[in-house]
Amino acid sequence: MKRTKPIDSSPKPLPLDLAALQRVMASAVMRPLNAVDRTRSTPLSAAVFIKPNDRLSSLERLEIYNRQYWFRILDCLYDDYPGLRAVLGGSRFQRLAKAYLERYPSHSFTLRNLGQHLVQFIQEEPKWTKPHQRLALDMARVEWAQIVAFDGEAKPPLNFKQLAGREPAQIFLRLQPYISLLELAYPVDEVVIRILRDDDKMRSEASNAVELQSRVSRRSIAQKIPRRKVRLLIHRIENEVYFKRLEPAQFQLLQALQSGSSLAEACAGLTKTSPEALGGWFANWSALRWFWMPKR
Amino acid sequence: MPANPYNGETDYGIGIGLRVPHYRHILEKKPVVDWFEIISENFMVDAGRPLAVLDQILEQYRVVQHGVAMYFGSAEPLNREHLKKLKRLVKRTKTPWLSDHLCWGSVDGRYTHDLLPMPYTFEAAENTAKKIREARDYLEVPICVENVSSYAEYHVSEMSEWEFLTEVVERADCGILLDVNNIYVSSQNHNFDPYDYLNAIPAHRVGQIHIAGHSKFEKYILDTHDHPVLDPVWQLYAHAIRQVGHTATLLEWDDRIPSFDEVNHEAHKADRFLAQAVAA
Repeated sequence: MKRTKPIDSSPKPLPLDLAALQRVMASAVMRPLNAVDRTRSTPLSAAVFIKPNDRLSSLERLEIYNRQYWFRILDCLYDDYPGLRAVLGGSRFQRLAKAYLERYPSHSFTLRNLGQHLVQFIQEEPKWTKPHQRLALDMARVEWAQIVAFDGEAKPPLNFKQLAGREPAQIFLRLQPYISLLELAYPVDEVVIRILRDDDKMRSEASNAVELQSRVSRRSIAQKIPRRKVRLLIHRIENEVYFKRLEPAQFQLLQALQSGSSLAEACAGLTKTSPEALGGWFANWSALRWFWMPKR
Repeated sequence: MPANPYNGETDYGIGIGLRVPHYRHILEKKPVVDWFEIISENFMVDAGRPLAVLDQILEQYRVVQHGVAMYFGSAEPLNREHLKKLKRLVKRTKTPWLSDHLCWGSVDGRYTHDLLPMPYTFEAAENTAKKIREARDYLEVPICVENVSSYAEYHVSEMSEWEFLTEVVERADCGILLDVNNIYVSSQNHNFDPYDYLNAIPAHRVGQIHIAGHSKFEKYILDTHDHPVLDPVWQLYAHAIRQVGHTATLLEWDDRIPSFDEVNHEAHKADRFLAQAVAA
């Protein structure tokens, strides 16, 4: 290894206790990088808490950690949000991700949760996704829902014996915690399926969603997606993530149950749905183990 | 040490890190592997595929848990939610011991997701040892702490890294997961003799060993886990085995992961050193 004289001279080291040192170091490590991935000037010189050596200055040693921090968390969002990358393009996604992570640094021991506030951030800061804010928002919601569906909690599914002797007004069903119910302005599920299929991450027969007829260019994707309302449920079966499009009445019913309505209340609004159709829906959804029943 | 209180009195041989690209191969081909090391946090989830795969692995293999986010060295208290989830996983895997790093990485609830180097002070040693004891008492499983590779040193340090490691494990009465690659990487970055390190630590507390590859840059070495083990690390490993005896050994390969067979072949290069330890 090449040995050269350190760049910065050392000011007097500070006598920091453990907590103070870790605050200073963490603040420096998590500080955004500059345009060429170097550490920006820090409020406290690195030289007051990090020793230089014969090859690297204090700041250069700090930079190794600063870069590792940003590369690691940006890589994580990059992997978790391929659809959002496709909507925004690589550079804009990168800018959004950096701004998001500055506002919402990780508060979880696992990187799995790194994107949990991204939907909220896109709503709070439209400038990062403009002029495709709604499309970006839909995509982020779907991609977070996939993470939840992948390893989210499963409650013991509804057993029909639990319903014995109860009136519909006394039955309160809930969707499994791993299920997300989304009303989207764009059919982003089609794009996600295409991307996942390209990446060989999802079986092609897993969804009933309609595919785009032509291969989606990931650079120009925002212009190619027509605005079209889609009601989507994202779930899993035998540990595979699936998308299920819903009819408006189905969505209305499941949303009502999810928000705490009784079965009677949820069904009351469905004046155009026949009892036979309703029975068929519930038979299908129960077979998919979508429901659980909280103790009341 | 072949079997000691720090590895649950087990006598494991060579293990492989359980990684996603190898799941299919392992579940279909069922290769002979003495044990798998899992990253605990990857399985501290509520349900879904990670736990389903883990359960299939547990049906056929022995599993040891290795954590990356306990942060024994952070000044803040242990994360109780993390501990609860970890204990649930410990019950599932029946890991005979578990390991995490002698490092810190969170401040005021914010996580860096990195293994940041400790200041080698007595204050830090006491704080770290206290948290290791608390975790062990709660989890009811022996704990080994792993020395990390590092790229920076602090002015406030009062001792060498190996003195700090010794100070912590003696105060906590816990084991050591000796990462010989990390010793080599840090020795190059901080200009010390890695053999001084190996000779100074309490050998009887070593419950497990890690080996791995690293990457050389112009002015420093990075612990990248994306290469085969390099020769100076094998030499250190040989020395370590002479010091501590036949010890459970795990090859870490976390990036640019080759086929399972290639990883397995690389790991089993450790056989000759372990055989020498048995012969001796």
